[in-house]
Amino acid sequence: MTAVAEAATSSATRTREATVRRFAFTDMVFRGATRASAILVLVILGGVAISLVTGSWEALSKFGFSFLTTEAWNPVTENFGALAPIYGTVVTSAIAIIIAVPIGIGIAVFLTELCPRPLRRPIGIAVELLAGIPSIIYGIWGLFVFAPFLQTTIQPFIINIFHGIPGLSSLFAGPPYGIGLLTSSLILAIMVLPFITSITKDVFDTVPAVLKESAYGIGCTTWEVTRRVVIPYTRVGIMGGVMLGLGRALGETMAVTFVIGNAHRISASLFAPGTTISATIANEFTEADGELYTSSLVALGLILFIITLIILAIARYMLLRIDSRAGA
Amino acid sequence: MSTALSLHRSRKRKNSVMMALCVIAAGIGLAWLALILGALIYKGLAGVSPAVFTQMTPPPGDAGGLLNAIYGSIVMTVIGIIVGTPIGVLAGTYMAEYGRFSKLTTVVRFINDILLSAPSIIVGLFVYELLVRPMGHFSAIAGAVALSILVIPVVVRTTEDMLNLVPNALREAGTAIGAPRWVVIRSVAYRAALSGIVTGILLAIARISGETAPLLFTALNNQFWSSNLNAPMASLPVTIFQFALSPYEEWQQLAWTGALIITLTVLGLSIIARSLTGRREDR
Repeated sequence: MTAVAEAATSSATRTREATVRRFAFTDMVFRGATRASAILVLVILGGVAISLVTGSWEALSKFGFSFLTTEAWNPVTENFGALAPIYGTVVTSAIAIIIAVPIGIGIAVFLTELCPRPLRRPIGIAVELLAGIPSIIYGIWGLFVFAPFLQTTIQPFIINIFHGIPGLSSLFAGPPYGIGLLTSSLILAIMVLPFITSITKDVFDTVPAVLKESAYGIGCTTWEVTRRVVIPYTRVGIMGGVMLGLGRALGETMAVTFVIGNAHRISASLFAPGTTISATIANEFTEADGELYTSSLVALGLILFIITLIILAIARYMLLRIDSRAGA
Repeated sequence: MSTALSLHRSRKRKNSVMMALCVIAAGIGLAWLALILGALIYKGLAGVSPAVFTQMTPPPGDAGGLLNAIYGSIVMTVIGIIVGTPIGVLAGTYMAEYGRFSKLTTVVRFINDILLSAPSIIVGLFVYELLVRPMGHFSAIAGAVALSILVIPVVVRTTEDMLNLVPNALREAGTAIGAPRWVVIRSVAYRAALSGIVTGILLAIARISGETAPLLFTALNNQFWSSNLNAPMASLPVTIFQFALSPYEEWQQLAWTGALIITLTVLGLSIIARSLTGRREDR
């Protein structure tokens, strides 16, 4: 009787042990799979960096540092320099940010302080939907609707106004092509606006209500509360959002490719066609013949990668800081 | 007394001016959205016909449709999602469940955020060096891989965020009745976070279905019907790019119609995704 019971218990223990072992094994497998996937994310970024370096090695070893300082881009004589695309990328992104930041902050103030409550969510969603529209849509709209509009109305008007004023006249020198650096900057501004707006709105929401209320309590106007309390409190977060928008603008490809004009030269006029790093790669990569040409384009990609990596890292660092403060 | 009053008035005036500027800014933002959507619908609808969905992309100056481009876009998006989603979900699971406090998670989160906003044309270059150059030709597989690399960071991010929202008491309850960790994750955490994870996947689909830059030199383009994954394949965004920049009127019209199709798809997906999370917040 006892012997039978003992046998039953020991077999129960055995199946129990086997089950626990099986559980431990599957758990280990699952854990390993998740860990491997997490590491794969690192491997992808590492792979991107390595492939860009090896792909651009030929161009970089031939041209060396002068690749960064040469304006020439001549596929026939195989003489390549990155200065014109870098110039175009930096100028268009900078103008886009200068336009988009005040408007973005304005919309965020509107949404957090002024907007009637029932409209808040729909408008917030509408602005965020702008962020979801693929860049090629902005490109086709820019090429067929926005550029002709600029060409026929805005640009001749500006050229006339600034005609004869030193400095400004060369900045806005004709002929009005419609496409060019300024058009690209405006399209980029529209594209980064939703990013800046939604991040600014999010960080505005982290301001403790008691801070704002005490400012209102001593008689501050809405603008004074925004200017003296909300913006100083969220400065780091806003900067993070601006940097994120900048990273976006620097790497934006399709919208710019449509309206930049793809001309490898540096001109003082914002109305002149130019090129950016991403537009050059998009336009020329599939047509590039010869190792050196392809390699030079990959080298452009490497430069863009390094620039955006630095900008995005700064952005994330700043947003992390405001996150930890909001959590504390 | 009068100085105090005038100061008060000037502060009031400044406030009104600045607030008016904010309203104008919001107006500009909304007007721009309306302008873009309006132009898109106006120009796109003009070319909508059954032929768009039943005929191949035409040679220059001929009428035709976008069937092969739509098919190619769907095929590459589906493969990109099938490849990218499991990796993204698993990586997000590691970060939220197994390694919530590990050093690896901090590093992966940082790198993932950078991948999330890295220029997509860089991903195209990477896949070109990784697959196209060794294989010697452009292919739909390369395009799908490029898209899956764009899917991963989106899914990682939302999966981690959503799993972090699952209350620990639920996990502890699962563990207390003797369920091993992975069963707790699968049957408790995943189930609680399901709508959030699905939202992430929908957002990823929305993102890659409009992506052009990474496909330009991976999948290239194809004038004809092709279901061969080892050959260049047409896609809607690349076709729009090519057709819009052409001088032919039929091609430009097809580009507008294609742009309308993509925008409606993307907006539809974003709205569905939003309503999924919206319901969560209400609960």
